[in-house]
Amino acid sequence: MALPLRYSFRNVLIRWRSTFATVLGIALVVFVFVLLQSLAAGIEKSSGNTGDSRNIMIVRKGSTAESASLISRENLREIQYFEEIARNERNEPVISADVLVLANLPRVNNNGEANVLLRGISARGAELRPQVKLIAGRWFTPGKREIVVSSRMAKRFANFGLGQSFKAGTASLTVVGWLDGGGSAFDSECWMDADECRSLFERDLYSSFLVRPVDEAAGAKLLERIEADRRFKLKAEKEEAYYQKQTMTAAPIKWLGGFLAIMMSVGAVFAAMNTMYASIGARTREIGTLRVLGFRRRSVVAALLIEGALLALIGGVVGCAIASLWNGYTTATMGFETFSEIVFEFTVTPRLMGEGLIFAVIVGLMGSFLPSVRASRLPVIDALKSV
Amino acid sequence: MSPSNIVTIRELSKEYRQGEIDVVALNNISLDIAQGEFLTLMGPSGSGKSTLLHIIAGIDRPTKGICRVQDIDVTKLNESGLADWRNQNVGFVFQTFNLIPVLTAFENVELPLLLTRLSAKRRREQVKTALELVGLADRSKHLPRQLSGGQEQRVAIARALVTDPKLIVADEPTGNLDSSSAQEALSILQLLSKQIGKTVIMVTHDPKAAAFGSRSIHLEKGELTN
Ligand SMILES: Nc1ncnc2c1ncn2[C@@H]1O[C@H](COP(=O)(O)OP(=O)(O)OP(=O)(O)O)[C@@H](O)[C@H]1O
Ligand SMILES: [Mg+2]
Repeated sequence: MALPLRYSFRNVLIRWRSTFATVLGIALVVFVFVLLQSLAAGIEKSSGNTGDSRNIMIVRKGSTAESASLISRENLREIQYFEEIARNERNEPVISADVLVLANLPRVNNNGEANVLLRGISARGAELRPQVKLIAGRWFTPGKREIVVSSRMAKRFANFGLGQSFKAGTASLTVVGWLDGGGSAFDSECWMDADECRSLFERDLYSSFLVRPVDEAAGAKLLERIEADRRFKLKAEKEEAYYQKQTMTAAPIKWLGGFLAIMMSVGAVFAAMNTMYASIGARTREIGTLRVLGFRRRSVVAALLIEGALLALIGGVVGCAIASLWNGYTTATMGFETFSEIVFEFTVTPRLMGEGLIFAVIVGLMGSFLPSVRASRLPVIDALKSV
Repeated sequence: MSPSNIVTIRELSKEYRQGEIDVVALNNISLDIAQGEFLTLMGPSGSGKSTLLHIIAGIDRPTKGICRVQDIDVTKLNESGLADWRNQNVGFVFQTFNLIPVLTAFENVELPLLLTRLSAKRRREQVKTALELVGLADRSKHLPRQLSGGQEQRVAIARALVTDPKLIVADEPTGNLDSSSAQEALSILQLLSKQIGKTVIMVTHDPKAAAFGSRSIHLEKGELTN
C-alpha cells in the first residue's frame, strides 16, 4: 500500500519557504502558457463564432472574402425574388445587400490611425444577424449620414462617442448608436445604411448578399441554383462556413505560446529538481525509516513524485488565477484579409486552465523524478545511517 | 535449535571492504535468543553491536553465515520479501526516534499498519491501544516537534509494537534521553518482554540500562566475549 497523501501534501506545505521560488517559477510558466493560448483562443473566437446557421452568404465567384467581392445591382434585383428566399411579415424578402468600405480613422489619444471596416447594410441586415445587439443609442436612419459603431471599437477610436461625428473619406458621419457583436467578427465593424454608404464612397456595386432561405431544403436548392446559373458568376455558401474559413489563424501565437512555455519549463523543471533534491536530501534518514517499516521503493518514489506534482500544481493554480484576471480583456490586432482593426478578448477557458494545470503537473513530475529515484535507490541501511 | 529459540545465529560474519583493507565488523558469531528474552548487547564503540542488530532485524545482510528468525532465514529473503517480513515481524526503536516530522503521533504509530490489510477501524483501535500502553493516548494529535524527547521515544516504541511483532529491536534507545525519560522507556520495553512475551533486543552502552534486561552479551571487535 502507498504512503498516505497527507505525507506528500504536508511535506510540500511545511517547506513552503524553500519551495516558494519554485512555485512562483512554475506559476510564471503556466501564466505565460495560459495567457498566450487565451489570446489565440480570443483571436479564433472573434471570427470563428460569427454566422447564423440559417443564413446563406453570396459573394462573387473567386473572391475569398466579402471585402474583395463585387456584385452588381442587377444581380440583387433578380435574386431577391427567388422563391427560396424567406419573406418577413410584410412580405419583403429577407436579404441584405451589403457594402464594405475601409476607412482610415484616428485612434484615441492621438495614437495613430487604423483601418476600420464600415459595413453598409440593407433594411433586413440587422434582423439577419440577431447576435448583434444595439446596446446604446438607436439604429441609423436610412438615407442619413448616421452610423452605429461597435462598442468595443468605441473605446479605441476617436469621436466614436454617441452624438460625436468623424470624417470618413470626404463625408462626415454621426455616431447614433453602439452595437455589441457578442464576441463575433461584427465587434470589429461599424454599420450604416447601404445605399448611403454606396453614394458616400462612390460605390456602384455591392460587396455581398446575406439571405435567409425559407427552410433547410430551400437553402440547399438556393446554393445549387446560384452555383448552376452561369450568368451570375456568384458563389453561395452557408454564412457559418464562410466565417469558418475567415477564422484568423492564431497558429503563430499558439506556437509562440507553446515554444515559450516549453523553454521556460526547462528552467522550471530544473528549479523543481533542485528543490526536490534539497528537500529529499534533508530527509534521507526519514526515507530510510519508512523503508525499515516496510514501505517499498516504489511507494517512496510515488510519494515523492506526488509531492513534486503537488508543488507544481500549487504553482499552476497561482499561474491560472493570475492569467484569468485577463479573461475578457479586450485588445486588437490587424486582420490580414482587410488590414482593418480586429478587436478580440483574451478568452481564458476552463479547458485552457486545465491544460495549464496538466502542464504544471508534468513539470513537477519531471523535476521530482530523478531525486525520487535516487533517494529510493539508496540501501536502507545507508539511508538510516545518514545524518 | 531449541523450539523456544526465536533467533538462531550460526557462524555469522560481516566484512566491509574499504579500498585495500577489509574491516571485520562481525567475526563468526553464533548466538541463540529465546522467545520472551530481553537481551542487551553491550560492548565498546565499533565492536559491531549495531551491525548485528541490523542483520537480525533484516535491515543489513551478513557476508556469510545463517540468521534464522523463527523458521525463516532472513539472509535468504529478497528485498521486497524482506520489507514485508520486517513489517510483520520486527519493531524498531532508534536512538534518534526517527518519527516522521509531518505526521502526528497517531499517524506515526499507524504508519506500519497501513501496509497490513486491517480496516481503518481496527487500525484506529490498535494505535489507541499502543499509545495507551506507552501512556501517550492524550498526545495522539501532537506532531513530533510538539513532544519532548522522552515522549517522542515512547511514540516510537508504540510504533514498534503496534503491528504486534515477535521481535522488538532497539539501538541505544536511551542514548538521547535524560535519565528519567530513559527509565520510562526502559520500563516499557521490560514490560513488553515480561508481561506480553515479546522478545526484545537492545544495544546499549549504559550498564544501568542493561540492568533492565534479562540477559546481557558483550561484543568485542566483532566477537562475542563471555
Ligand atoms: N558502511 C560501512 N562501511 C565500512 N565500515 C563500516 C560500515 N558500517 C560499519 N562499519 C564498521 O563496522 C564496525 C562495526 O560497526 P557498528 O556500527 O556495528 O559498531 P557499534 O558497535 O554499533 O558502535 P557504536 O557503539 O559506536 O554504535 C566498525 O568498525 C565500523 O567502522
Ligand atoms: Mg551502533
